[in-house]
Amino acid sequence: MSALQVQAGELLASGKAEVVIGYGEGTRGRVRPVFVRTRADVSLLVFDGRCTANLTVYLAKPEVGRMGKAAIVATPGAVRSLIQLIAEHQVDPGEVVVLAADDDAVTLLTDPAALEAYAAAHPVTIPPEAKAVTESLARMSAQERRAFWDAELSRCFKCYACRSACALCYCTRCITDMNQPQWVCVAPHALGVMEWHLNRAMHMAGRCVQCGSCTSACPAGIPIGLLAMEASRSVEKEFGAQAGLRCDAPPALSSFAADDRESFIL
Amino acid sequence: MTTELTFEPKIVAFVCNWCTYAGADLTGTSRIAYASNVRIMRFPCTGRIDYNLVLKALEQGADGILISGCHPNDCHYSTGNFHARRRWVVFRHMMEYMGFDLRRVKFAWVSAAEGAKWAEVVNTTVREIRELGPATEYTELHRKGVA
Amino acid sequence: MSTHHGVLSHQNLLKLLSGITAGGMELYAPRKTGQKVFFDHITDVREIAFDPLPTTESPKALLFPRVERLLSFARDGESMRVDDRCADLMPRRVLFGTRPCDAVALQRLAEFFADGIEDMFVGKRREQLVVISLSCAVADADCFCTSAGSGPGDGTGSDILLTASGGERYDMEVLTDRGREVLATFAGLWDEGSPADTSGYLAVVEPLPALAGFGAKLAGAFASTVWKDASLRCLGCGACAYVCPLCSCFDIEDEGTPSKGSRLRCWDSCGFSLFTLHTSGHNPRPTQTERWRQRVMHKFSYMPARFGHAGCVGCGRCSRACPADMNLREQITMLDAGIALQSAP
Ligand code: SF4
Ligand code: SF4
Ligand code: SF4
Ligand code: SF4
Repeated sequence: MSALQVQAGELLASGKAEVVIGYGEGTRGRVRPVFVRTRADVSLLVFDGRCTANLTVYLAKPEVGRMGKAAIVATPGAVRSLIQLIAEHQVDPGEVVVLAADDDAVTLLTDPAALEAYAAAHPVTIPPEAKAVTESLARMSAQERRAFWDAELSRCFKCYACRSACALCYCTRCITDMNQPQWVCVAPHALGVMEWHLNRAMHMAGRCVQCGSCTSACPAGIPIGLLAMEASRSVEKEFGAQAGLRCDAPPALSSFAADDRESFIL
Repeated sequence: MTTELTFEPKIVAFVCNWCTYAGADLTGTSRIAYASNVRIMRFPCTGRIDYNLVLKALEQGADGILISGCHPNDCHYSTGNFHARRRWVVFRHMMEYMGFDLRRVKFAWVSAAEGAKWAEVVNTTVREIRELGPATEYTELHRKGVA
Repeated sequence: MSTHHGVLSHQNLLKLLSGITAGGMELYAPRKTGQKVFFDHITDVREIAFDPLPTTESPKALLFPRVERLLSFARDGESMRVDDRCADLMPRRVLFGTRPCDAVALQRLAEFFADGIEDMFVGKRREQLVVISLSCAVADADCFCTSAGSGPGDGTGSDILLTASGGERYDMEVLTDRGREVLATFAGLWDEGSPADTSGYLAVVEPLPALAGFGAKLAGAFASTVWKDASLRCLGCGACAYVCPLCSCFDIEDEGTPSKGSRLRCWDSCGFSLFTLHTSGHNPRPTQTERWRQRVMHKFSYMPARFGHAGCVGCGRCSRACPADMNLREQITMLDAGIALQSAP
């Protein structure tokens, strides 16, 4: 039995958790989310380099909530998203047990301080493909960037898998689904798609923890996470607030500093 | 005459009620003449000027946008403009990242006493947007992707 | 018409496709972008991807686009002018590189939109579409066409079916008059052939035994408890529905300003929580349990009852696209067993 399986088994046996949300073997060599409720089933749990989806997203699911107290197998990105959810009062820190997993080490985290220490010790890692795109975007002119996003977003059919896979996209009614008034064109044409993604990026500013779940979820292969990550990074750069590091962080865009940059204002 | 010379840009100004709107009023009562290309939309506070309003204006054919409100520390509601400023920083950054021309979206602080500044801000904006020509990159999106 | 047989080299196939684009007909074929493959408008045949597996997104948009304008309106003085879309203007298009399951799906999709009041847009597009399919030489672990009423060499729904028969050569079956018309222009590029046994060149598809009798079992399984566990990891996105060649749900949206606008038809998905949300706030499908049940029931119980065939051709796209690895083959097997267990005395 792996260390993860042992720890998960102990949590279930002691009643500290009623369900362990983790990764299990899926089809075609992929891993998939599994919900382990009995000690006998802990053998289903695996953790390796394939485990990148952010499982924190399932905490908001009513069916999962009804299973009782959850323990969650979390990548460093998922730990950051939990911290951010705590900061946004979406998760009660006493309600969730975290099995933080990274390569082969498993760490049990049960309080905000431990989560924060773990997040601080595991800085954001950006996959090489994303890094390459970011670097090439930085070299582009505005027109080239426009053309890049136009081409990428032309494949978006608004399946919202990016939103569904994001732990921080927890609104029960997304602005893109509002129709009174209708802010974002519902249709997946160029305008509707651009407005949808710009809105998502704006709503993720200072909140996106750069876990990469949205990009991996996109069936069309669009590096869609770049937008939310860029919004979050601009908040970090301009206002010094990095998402997912502190459980008591104030919301970056609902706060301000008197000396925030304003060189662009006439 | 060529179309470039006759092009009169449509500018939508989103302003707060307490400072810039009053400032624009002062421009008028002081009989300062300024470009008539601006349609002013009055809001209670810059904090209420959602970036989606800017997008909607661009979508419906605005060539330029002007957003203006009270100077820092002058907000009628104390902090509305400070909050707005943060959002503008991110909004501008994202527009730029997605390749839109930021020169079409201008920001200003114009107080109730700055009638002359309002005229100047509007005149500068109109001049610059006129040089840029009609906005197409945003309205073009409208036509793409519909079978 | 009776099926006509021919043989064609790969080089000549490319020439034929080039000829189609040069002749002014729009050509749609698979094109690779990164790791994903889409049916795109092709102007240079070198861009065509000859990947062995089905494309990421199905060809359904050729009949049923993601978003299409049904009508537009504009204020004209005191009155409102409404411009109906003219279906007669739909251009002739050639769709190349569909797999046999895709062609079957296109036929079923057209039948669905022709049921009752015929949808003139889909109908006209179908009428104008020439489908040139490629038999499958390989299948992957998500395919189950042979259990879903099709197969790797099935010509149903295709105008021309090509089977790679070794040595950069295709055996060609011309199945319709439309196919024959298109070929007539390119007489020098292919040779007459005789009916050939192509079975040796076709993929071996793993059967999905649970699918036989699945529909009948589902009929009594609406209240079953199997759905909850089965759908637990489903995220409620629209990925499965949007890559599926047979998902046909849509949403009608009016867009524009009070002075002008249009009525648009956009794809929709039963996986979304808002799909059945009532104005009152009540949602008859409150959780993913009910939404996943709807997806399976619709495809494998309601569609067979109404049309005599499932709303699925076993292309495997949904399984490949799902971010939560909701594998349809596995789901069908598991649900079938679960339902059987529950109904056992
Ligand atoms: S936007 Fe994407 S990268 Fe950011 S938190 Fe959400 S899923 Fe993770
Ligand atoms: S997951 Fe991809 S295709 Fe789906 S809405 Fe997001 S960006 Fe668009
Ligand atoms: S089955 Fe997969 S693709 Fe379909 S709605 Fe659920 S998570 Fe999305
Ligand atoms: S339900 Fe899945 S396997 Fe069946 S036709 Fe649709 S995408 Fe293909």
